[in-house]
Amino acid sequence: MSRISGGQIDRSKTLRFQFDGVSYNGHPGDTLASALLANNVRLMGRSFKYHRPRGVMAAGSEEPNAIVELRSGARQEPNTRATVVEVFDGLQAQSQNRWPSLKFDAMAINDRLSPFFAAGFYYKTFMWPAAFWEKIYEPIIRRAAGLGSLSKQDDPDAYDKGFLHCDLLIIGAGPAGLSAALTAGRAGARVILADEDFRMGGRLNAETLEVGGAAGADWAAQSVLELASLPNVRLMTRTTVIGAFDHGIYSAVERVSDHLAQPLPGKPRQILWRIYTKRAILAAGAIERPIAFENNDRPGIMLAGALRAYANRWGVAVGESVAVFTNNDDGLRTVADLKAKGLNVTLIDARQGDEVIDSAGRLGLKSITIRRSNGRTETVAVQALGVSGGWNPNLNIASNHRGRPVWDDQIAAFIPAPESIAGLSCVGAAAGAFSTHAALTMGATHAVAALADLGLTAHADAPTAEDAPLNLTPAWYVHSGKGRAWVDPQNDVTVKDVKLAKQEGFISVEHLKRYTTLGMATDQGKTGNVLGLAVMAELTGKSIPETGTTIYRPPYTPVAMGALGGRARGEDFKPTRQTPSHKWATEQGAIFVEVGYWLRTQWLPRKGETTWRQSVDREVLQTRRSAGICDVTTLGKIDIQGTDAGLFLDRVYANNFASLAVGKVRYGLMLREDGMVMDDGTTARMGQNEYVMTTTTANAVPVFRHLEYCRQVLWPDLDVQLISTTEAWAQYSVAGPNARKLLQKLVDQDISDAAFPYMACGNITVQGTRARLFRISFSGELAYEIAVPTRYGDAMIRALVEAGREFDAVVYGTEALGVMRVEKGHVAGNELNGQSSALNMGLGKMVSKKKDSIGMVLSQRIGMTAPDGYRLVGVKPVDPAQSLTAGAHFLAKGAEAVAANDGGWLTSVVYSPHLGHSIGLGYLKSGDSRKGERLRSVNLLAGTDVEVEIVSPHFFDPEGERLRG
Amino acid sequence: MANPLKPLTALGNPTAQSDTIGAVTITENPDTALASLASRLGREAEVASLAASAGVPLPGPGRAETAGYGAFWLGPEQWMIEAPFATHEDITAVLKPIFTDAASITEQTDAWVRFDITASDLPGYFERLCNFDMARATPGAATRTVIDHLGCYIIRRSLTLVSLLGPRSSAHSLHHALVTAARAIL
Repeated sequence: MSRISGGQIDRSKTLRFQFDGVSYNGHPGDTLASALLANNVRLMGRSFKYHRPRGVMAAGSEEPNAIVELRSGARQEPNTRATVVEVFDGLQAQSQNRWPSLKFDAMAINDRLSPFFAAGFYYKTFMWPAAFWEKIYEPIIRRAAGLGSLSKQDDPDAYDKGFLHCDLLIIGAGPAGLSAALTAGRAGARVILADEDFRMGGRLNAETLEVGGAAGADWAAQSVLELASLPNVRLMTRTTVIGAFDHGIYSAVERVSDHLAQPLPGKPRQILWRIYTKRAILAAGAIERPIAFENNDRPGIMLAGALRAYANRWGVAVGESVAVFTNNDDGLRTVADLKAKGLNVTLIDARQGDEVIDSAGRLGLKSITIRRSNGRTETVAVQALGVSGGWNPNLNIASNHRGRPVWDDQIAAFIPAPESIAGLSCVGAAAGAFSTHAALTMGATHAVAALADLGLTAHADAPTAEDAPLNLTPAWYVHSGKGRAWVDPQNDVTVKDVKLAKQEGFISVEHLKRYTTLGMATDQGKTGNVLGLAVMAELTGKSIPETGTTIYRPPYTPVAMGALGGRARGEDFKPTRQTPSHKWATEQGAIFVEVGYWLRTQWLPRKGETTWRQSVDREVLQTRRSAGICDVTTLGKIDIQGTDAGLFLDRVYANNFASLAVGKVRYGLMLREDGMVMDDGTTARMGQNEYVMTTTTANAVPVFRHLEYCRQVLWPDLDVQLISTTEAWAQYSVAGPNARKLLQKLVDQDISDAAFPYMACGNITVQGTRARLFRISFSGELAYEIAVPTRYGDAMIRALVEAGREFDAVVYGTEALGVMRVEKGHVAGNELNGQSSALNMGLGKMVSKKKDSIGMVLSQRIGMTAPDGYRLVGVKPVDPAQSLTAGAHFLAKGAEAVAANDGGWLTSVVYSPHLGHSIGLGYLKSGDSRKGERLRSVNLLAGTDVEVEIVSPHFFDPEGERLRG
Repeated sequence: MANPLKPLTALGNPTAQSDTIGAVTITENPDTALASLASRLGREAEVASLAASAGVPLPGPGRAETAGYGAFWLGPEQWMIEAPFATHEDITAVLKPIFTDAASITEQTDAWVRFDITASDLPGYFERLCNFDMARATPGAATRTVIDHLGCYIIRRSLTLVSLLGPRSSAHSLHHALVTAARAIL
């Protein structure tokens, strides 16, 4: 038997889909599970460990068994729940975790070997030889245990992220959620109503109950229509709220295109929403739980509420003859509804002392064995069995902030603790109130209360509905038989496993979970956790709340990595920053290097150059011979103004700044509070109370943040204002003997040495355009940095190149810049490593003791000033033909390469075309007194061992005559 | 002044680029000069008075205003002042005489790329971009936010027009994010 009358499917349309290569028909409104059941397919998967044949157990996202793979090729997706997959035309689904086929699975041998695979078996076996674990045992176990498979192709779809704001977020659109939404929506509050289902209404869609005199499903549909007409209400179907975070922030995944063969052009497949709400209502309903008995995992055995849902909502009878095993009145509702559909129904009511003690049917349920209260056993042929051991409030989200649920004896279940999450209230079945009446009234009254908190007035006006009690008598598992009774079918955890865990001392609920795997994997124990606890409680003679509770972390249901990543993948992983010369450099075929988000020119190859070294050597030699141009826009620029700006600089820089004259630039060294060097750069005094600080590229943001901290927190009494101007100015360095001649062609003012001496700065014009000029040098050459408003940056690089043509000037990149600074012995990122002091860098004398500055006191600590500490040195190979390796460590000749003999390390290494050999900077213990010494520079990773000589770090023009020229 | 330097827009073109995707139009706007204005310590009242007489609005937190000049709030006693680029290219030279030494003024014109965005449903568009609650932002609302890892300012000029200021060096990345989001809501 399959389709029966009724249900919320559109029988006027037929959809074709495939499962394991076989074609079937379904209808709009069907899930993969309902459509397969309608086609008499009960077997949908194999269990995790024993490869037992499994069918659908639930009708919602809690499904532990019917886990399938969807689609093919790059869109192949493993581990989806057939119960929430919407059928569409052309849907392809495959069973997983079986070989060679679902009906004949060779791995089912595990089931015969089950005595060897009890809880914790892998902690006890595979113990020796130890070396076998990683290479042999673990791969075998992982292969055997795997669920779905990955295509290993790139996901072709896009995922969006988004942000929503509301007064009231309502999670779940069943009777309680709809009632809350109507109440709040009618009052004009900004409401978001989210439900993971594609149809709102929750259990009302699966019931024959009436609300306000109408069929429950019709009332739900009518309510949704009214809500849709309210502009202040946003209805979000196919949207799972996956977690509650701090300060009223909830996260939700909207499956925009999962119900389509592929997303519409430009549309994302899913959207990860961050919802900012003032109040929230959890109306997520309840999840039914089974009663464990021997062989309770056969396809056809499901939760009683699910069996009813398939009949009422989807018009599917799983069999003509069915049975219901229940310990509460809700189970009786299943009996009544199925009988009304014309099915033969056998009732086994645990409250009367009746029990199901076994089942039969290899690939699907054929019969059950019942033991009546009088001791008589009978075998009844059925194709389906609905089991109801009660309902667990779906409190997952409410425990996200570690609020421990509390036990409610009335329903023998955990309910959310009050105030589990600030601003969140739980209503209806999620709060343990199971009748429709309770759901409707609670939803309304809690919405009124939530809105009252926000100063909004609303009126609770819930329609009439049934208010029947559950009448539950706890029954957890059937104490009969020697076979296995499943507690957690997804992880193949049985009552025996719980017993074994207890026997071996894994009694705490956290140990139980880890030892048996109860509650792990895709369903996270939504149906099995409380049952597992109950079994343990009974074994230990304690109550269930004494035994423990489980709380949940986000996400509520599995979330695709794609949704978490959003658009940030591939070349869109992060934004980039382009320098003002980027367009020109791209035209020249420049090689770019990523420096943070920046793309900087690394070098500019010319025709005929086959290695990067040829380009870099040329750039260096040409700069030193004539002139070189480099884009230095990426250096941080901070505008510092105020009557106390000079005093402020004196405090943040270790060296003196009070004496800096207007129109002058000074090199500054900035320490952290602990005395280590934070950053270095130059600061120019552009006016009486106006300074421009430059920072290194890497530290532009950290230094700005540091200065803001100093200004706002340390010295709010100082008159200082800060703002970043890094992006506002395009800045180029022009260096080399012909730098002045080159620049003078463009600059409207006299920049002769007399008019614009070394370390001068000022506002100038370039062919009429406003500009700033700084006579500073990183390369050691006569050099200037010239800045124009960024929009003129492209024109400026072109003008510089054109003006430099007669001098054979060159544009150089960061590699050449690096070579020249090492030749000059200037420190950069490799030396500014956060663990080095000014003394280490040979800049100890810069730390003024005549004033207080950040880091000054702590830079004088004993350990920081030890004479045998690291000092910056220059290093060159004794044999000029040999190359140095950055990162290599210094060892005395003949010393063993062990940490105890380590004398320091090479921080920066370049090839100096000027000297014709490799040179380096390094930190060497007592390095300042070891010039002329010969050591070894050893790099065990690179396998190099080079004899080196310690020299001055100033390889080039040590007296600095060129830059003053 | 033989060859005056020719400016490029932040997207690297001689003229501003405009893209229309569905009901969203994204137009680069290089025609506004910007300067930050910060009161010097203890000179706050003086700055307010000088600003009032010069037609420079000084809006409160989260707000933007337009009088003679436009302005939006950046932080305590700190604003961004807007003026037409054609007449105020050297904007600090214009503002400094107004405020003398009572305020610190810094040119910010080319620190930012400005996109003017029109859309029939601005909230529906911006909810894919940032956590700014556009639906509750009346014209005149202005805030700092993050779009695609980039710190930006949003100024709601009217029900259908928003100005977005982002870091100029990342103009291409920001533009890409804006266009992608517009396509996603088609």
